[in-house]
Parts: sequence; structure tokens; C-alpha cells
Amino acid sequence: MNKTYVEMKNICKTFGVIRANRNVNFSVYEGEIHGLLGENGAGKSTLVNMLSGIYTPDSGSIFIHGEQVNIHSPKHAIELGIGMIHQHFKLIDVLTAAENVLLGHSQSVFISNKSRIKSIQNVMEKYGMEIDLNKRIMDMSVSEKQTVEILKVLYRGSKILILDEPTAVLTPQEIDKLFTVLKNLAETGCAIIIITHKLNEIMSVTDRVTVLRQGETVSTLETRKTNIRELTELMVGKPVNLSIERIHSRKGDLLLSVKGLTALGEHNVPVLDNVTFDLYEGEILGVAGVAGSGQKELCEAIAGLYPVEKGDIYFKGENIVGFSPREIIKRGVSMSFIPEDRLGMGLVPSMNMIDNMLLKDYVNQPGITVNRKPAKEKAERVSKRLEIQAPSIYTAIRKLSGGNIQKVLLGREIDANPHLLITAYPVRGLDIGASYNIYDLLKEQKQKGVGILYIGEDLDVLIELCDRIMVLCDGKVTGITGSESITKEGLGLMMAGETLSSIKKGDVVCKS
Amino acid sequence: MQIIKREGTSTKQIIMIRLIAIIAAIIVSGIFIVFLGYNPVKVYVNMISGALGSKIRFRATLLEMVPLVITSLGILVAFKMKFWNIGGEGQILMGAFGATYIALFVDWIPKPLVIPVMFIVGFLAGGIWGIIPAFFKANFGANETIMTLMLNYIATQWITYLQYGPWRDPDLKGFAKIANFPDHALLPKVFGIHIGLIISLVLVIIISWFLRRTKRGFEISVVGESVSTARYAGMDISRIIITTMLLSGGLCGITGVIQAAGVNKTLTMNVSSGYGFTAVITTYLSGLRAQRVLIVSFLFAILLQGGSYIQSALQIPQAAADVLQGMILFCALGSEFFVNYKVRFRKNSISSEVK
Repeated sequence: MNKTYVEMKNICKTFGVIRANRNVNFSVYEGEIHGLLGENGAGKSTLVNMLSGIYTPDSGSIFIHGEQVNIHSPKHAIELGIGMIHQHFKLIDVLTAAENVLLGHSQSVFISNKSRIKSIQNVMEKYGMEIDLNKRIMDMSVSEKQTVEILKVLYRGSKILILDEPTAVLTPQEIDKLFTVLKNLAETGCAIIIITHKLNEIMSVTDRVTVLRQGETVSTLETRKTNIRELTELMVGKPVNLSIERIHSRKGDLLLSVKGLTALGEHNVPVLDNVTFDLYEGEILGVAGVAGSGQKELCEAIAGLYPVEKGDIYFKGENIVGFSPREIIKRGVSMSFIPEDRLGMGLVPSMNMIDNMLLKDYVNQPGITVNRKPAKEKAERVSKRLEIQAPSIYTAIRKLSGGNIQKVLLGREIDANPHLLITAYPVRGLDIGASYNIYDLLKEQKQKGVGILYIGEDLDVLIELCDRIMVLCDGKVTGITGSESITKEGLGLMMAGETLSSIKKGDVVCKS
Repeated sequence: MQIIKREGTSTKQIIMIRLIAIIAAIIVSGIFIVFLGYNPVKVYVNMISGALGSKIRFRATLLEMVPLVITSLGILVAFKMKFWNIGGEGQILMGAFGATYIALFVDWIPKPLVIPVMFIVGFLAGGIWGIIPAFFKANFGANETIMTLMLNYIATQWITYLQYGPWRDPDLKGFAKIANFPDHALLPKVFGIHIGLIISLVLVIIISWFLRRTKRGFEISVVGESVSTARYAGMDISRIIITTMLLSGGLCGITGVIQAAGVNKTLTMNVSSGYGFTAVITTYLSGLRAQRVLIVSFLFAILLQGGSYIQSALQIPQAAADVLQGMILFCALGSEFFVNYKVRFRKNSISSEVK
């Protein structure tokens, strides 16, 4: 057996009353890609944060290269050769790749010099990585940025790499590229820990996988000796049916018709470019695309929150471009956008559930005072219907878990009985059970005849849940297709800019 | 050493931290007093008795409290919206300016109505001084901190100009002063204290109700917490910012009216004398709760009044009294840090055993 690079024994960590890790045992060998699998709140992040020096364990011991250590700071972790690649990149936009790699590492006053660049190139050659070192971060794609992040930790001499949900922002093709790099790294003797909740990725890239559930290690398995079904059961603790049953409801009348929608972003670059699509009652239209392809702007433009440069948005035959957000809400358009930080838009984190229920309703109450009684009833109703777990409806939203926060938002929007429901990333970061709850809720709305615009990340889910899928790339629609006639790979190509007609020629990626 | 954010500090902990801060302030200031050659116990006793020791002193303390309370309420509504209004000084002066105009230069108003009109005009004048930065913030994203601060200087110079120029009292030869208000423009007294005290108490109740129970109060909190959420919910952000600043500046303006018509009996620079800035501290210490503003302002008034008393009673120089006030404040504000963060010390050796 290869040498053990990392060993964590009987790790315990509590935050207040929450026991994030209980007697976790975990080890990673040289040349291994080790998957860390678990639902949200299972303790994956806590565990790796103790390895990267952000937290210290309450009890238990950590051995790096066989030596017991007490990792007291992120700097110390780097010194020990542990490199963490976070989900949100920590890069400086205006600097080049080389400058970012050298940043914080140089001992001298002058940052760039030739010998350093040369040594970065050596690292790249060694691991077979490709990137233009003189390119600025702001001109890079997400996948290039991620390469820079990996290069950064490798340059610092890290032999142990931790990747936190690295695939969340990548297209299927980019994911393949990343996995090739990871496999190269492992072959040259690095140990890699990859956190993910996507089971197919675990199966395709890892050598071993450790499953965590409610802060405890359930099991460590060799990947080739297990399968998705077994892993899911270990992760959730009970057998789960992973297919989403698509309901076929009768296609209703035309609800939303977007024609030639164009919107500008910074520096007058179009973020939405001539977007045209229709959405019918009782239909779920999925929107796929790499993060930042115009999804947010599309949602906001329809809700009246983003200025429209050109084009029309017809809702039930009425052009709503130029209407105030409140007028659009009154017509029954409801938007729930779950941003990356979950709390950016739609909810007020420091307020309780009742006040958050009031957010859109207060204005319809008579007089100058607010009446919190109907909001209280609504909070109770929503929290019962969606099984929201909160100490009480008087608890500040900020203190709830991510999944419950999302339920509050979606629950409020559904409770308003909208005609059009725009929902972006509603299952972001949710565990499997909670995700399927949300899918059920959406399907229920669909059956009621609500038109749903669903902006999603997981292509498998998009294909299973939606009736049709629209793909965005750089603000342009690269294709709208029935979800039964497209594969994941096909969507991936469209997300990267190929048009539907061009990929249809290669029949591999389309089902007949 | 690490600084860690506290989550959910319990009330008991908060009270403990505050108590420790007060004790620390007393001890540190005590050492300072010893170095000055005074007996610290005597100085403290004098401070307390100077502020609360007799009816007259207690009244003086209350008079000191009134402008702090009202100005703090004004600052509070702005801060609740995360609009950093540090232009209280200017808004107070402009409020006083408006009231003075009515008191001295408008003679067609029936006498019983003069004071109510003074309050309305003072409110509007202060409010306009608050609307100016709000307008620029709402429409052009201007930095309100800088603007409100700069408007203070404009207001100060404007009052100085009036005092030495057009509004100078011609009856006082050689002395630049604006004429005293006529009797019907002076605030009536209740139990020996002008009605400003009652007004301030009523305003505490009104503002507390306004922020918690009204739609606009709800909107202010939402805008303060998250502008994007407010926009999402369909709120008209510009209108909310502007009307809130009308209220904020208007409340400060009322302080100006009360100080001019109740204390100074005319318009002078002393009308504001730092309340606009002190109120920033009291508002912050109150944790943006209207009722607590009253308590904090009262304690602050004791500090101010006691400080000026020991100057005359013990011949402690003004500067030393200011240092004392400063140290007490430093500890009070410093304790805020420990309410929100804790400091953890730990060994930096790699080899030390993990528990």
C-alpha cells in the first residue's frame, strides 16, 4: 500500500449545540483521489476546514505524512503542504495568472521576475497543465480560473489538495478536463480530496470514497467496489428513489412571450442578447447554462428589476417592459432567485419569518400601519406545508439552515398563488431529500397550471424535471429543445456555445 | 492570537461585558485622577452629585438630555436605513435658523401660534438639510457620510454670517449677536423645565411605534438590511431614502428649535454645541432602539453635567474633565467589540499535543 499522507483520527468538533463532527476517521494515501461524500450539513466542510487550518478540532488527532500535527492557521496548513481550492475563487481580477500565483508568496519587494515565471512553468510542465500566464483573471473563463487556483497551491509545494465542490460551475466538458488534470496530479504522487454531492462524479474520478452522515463517518469504500445506489443509501441513511417522475399535464395557453430581449451589463457588454422564447401555462421551461451566462439578468428583467435595452416581454399578451417591480408582482409574476450566498435577494436575513412573509404583502394592507397577524398565519401555513425546521417563526431567518431558508423563500412565493413562477437554483446546496421535496412542489404547481421558468445547475435534473430546456451561453440562446430529445453531453456543448442545429448533425448527443 | 466573531451572545454575557467595561473605565480614570493629584473617590462622588445632587442640578442634567434624545432619534431613523447621517449639527442649526426666522422676522402670525409654526418650520428646515444628501445618494449614489459632514460646515458658516451680517442686533453696539426671542416665542415651562422634555418623551414613543408598526418603518428596516431585497419586493428606494431623511433631519431640526427657544433664547452657534456628533455615539450605544436612546442619553447627560460640575467644584481643568469623559466613552464603545467578537489566545507551536 502507498504511504499515508493524511490521517485524521476520532475527530470531534462542535459549534454551540451542533455536533458537526463526531469521531470521524479519515485517511488519504499518496497518489489517491479520495471523495468526501455527504449531504449538506453532514460535516464535510468542517472536516476539511480542520485540515486547512480554519478550524481546530475539539478532540482527536491529525497526522500529516505520519507525523502528528496541530494545524493552527491556514498559513501553517500551507507550510505543511496542504492546499485548499475553494468553491469561490480567491483571485484578483486585474492581475495576471502569474501574478496571482506569486501573490502572497514572494519574499522580495518585486513581484514578477523571470526566474519565478520559469519555476511556475516548471510546475505546469510537471503536472501537464496548460494556461496563459500573462492573461488577466478577468478575461478568463471559470475553468481557466480554477486552473489558476490549482496552480497556485501546487506552486506553493502542496502535495495534499482539497477541492470543495469543484464542478459546480463547470460544463460537462470542462469537468472532464478537470478530472484529467486531477488524475495526472494523483499519478505524480499528490493526494487529492474532492468534496462533492454528485454521485456520478464520485464514480468517475475517485479511487476511494468516504461517506459522512450527520457528522459521523458511515463508511470508507473502494469506488470500483460500490455503486450509486449503495452510496445514496449510505448518504441518506435509507433507500431513495432517484428518478423524478415527469408529469404530463395538458399544455395551456401562452403565458409569457419574450421577444428579442437585450440587456446590457458593465461597459455596455450585452448580458442578454436577443433572447426569444415562449412559456405556456402548466409547463416547466428549464434554463441551462454555465454560471453567469445571463440567467440572473433574465430573471431580473422579467421581474422588472433589470433595465431592458431592447425587446419585449409579453405576459398574458401585455407588454410588461418598463413596468415597476410592484406592478409586475401584482399581475402574478413571482420570482425566487437563490443567489450563491442564499440571502442576497428575496429575504431579509435579520428578520424573522413573519416579517419576511410581509415583504410583498404589507403594501396591500389598509392604512399606514402593518398588521402582522395575516403574515403570522402565512408563516405558520408555509412552515407546516413545507416542513420548515426552525426553532420558531420568530427566529431570524439568518439562523436557519440553508435548506430551510430556501423553503421559506419558495414557500412564500408559492403561497402567493402566482401565474408565473420564476425560480433560480431552488435546490442549491440542499440535500437529496429536501431537493426532491422542492421538485414535488414545482410539479404540483405545474399541475395547477402555473408556468414555471426553472433555472438549474444539475443537467440530469433539468432533463428529468423540465418539459423543454433553453440553453444560454454568453447571454445568447443557443437552443431550445424538448428535454426528452437531448442528452447531457448535448446540453454541455450548447452551454459552451454550439447551436442546437450544429450539434444535431453529430447524432451522438441527441436522442432520436 | 485570533479574533473570532461571536454568534448569539447571551444577554447575561452582554451585561457582564458592559459591567466589566464600566469598572475598567472607573479604574483607569481613577489612576489618571491620582496622577493629577486628586482623590478619585471624591471626584466620582462629585460628578454624581453634580449631576443628580439637587433639584437644580437634576434639572440641568435633564436639559442636557433633551437635545441628545431628540437628535439621537433623528440619527436613529437614518442609521436604521444604514444611511450614515453625521450631519446632525448642520440639521440642528438649520432647524434653529428656521425657528429664529419665524420668531424674529415674521409678525403677522397670531402669538399663540408662533411656537407651533416655529416647530413646523424648524422641522422642515432641518429636513431640507437632510434631504439634500439623500437626493444625491438616491439619484447619483453620492457618499452620504461626506455630504452630511460637509453640510455641517455650510450651516455653521451660514449662521455665523447671519450673526455678523444681516441678522445682527443693531441695538447691541459693538457686540455681534442676534436679538433675543420675544417672550411669546420662548418655550413654556412645566415644573421648571421647558416643554422640550415632554416633547422628547413623546417623540421616543412615536418613533418607537413608527419603526415597529408602520409600513414606512418596515420599509426603512428592509432597505437598511438589503437594498436588493427591497427592490425585489417592489419598494421605491429613492422615495424611502428621501422621506426618511426628511424625518431624520427634521427631528434634528426640532432639537435646534428647542435649544434656540428653550435654552439660548436666540440663535447662536451654541445651539448645536456638538449634539449632532454626540448623538451618533448615543444612537450607536442604544443599539438602534428608540427606548434605549432615552436611557443612554440620560447616562450621557450625567457624564456631561458631572464633568462640567467637577471643573468648578474641584478646579479640575476642563481638558482633564474631557479626558475623563473620553476614557469612559472609550471603555463603553470598546466593550461593543467584545460583545461581537472574542479573542482567543493559543500556542503557536506545531508539536504541542492536541487535547
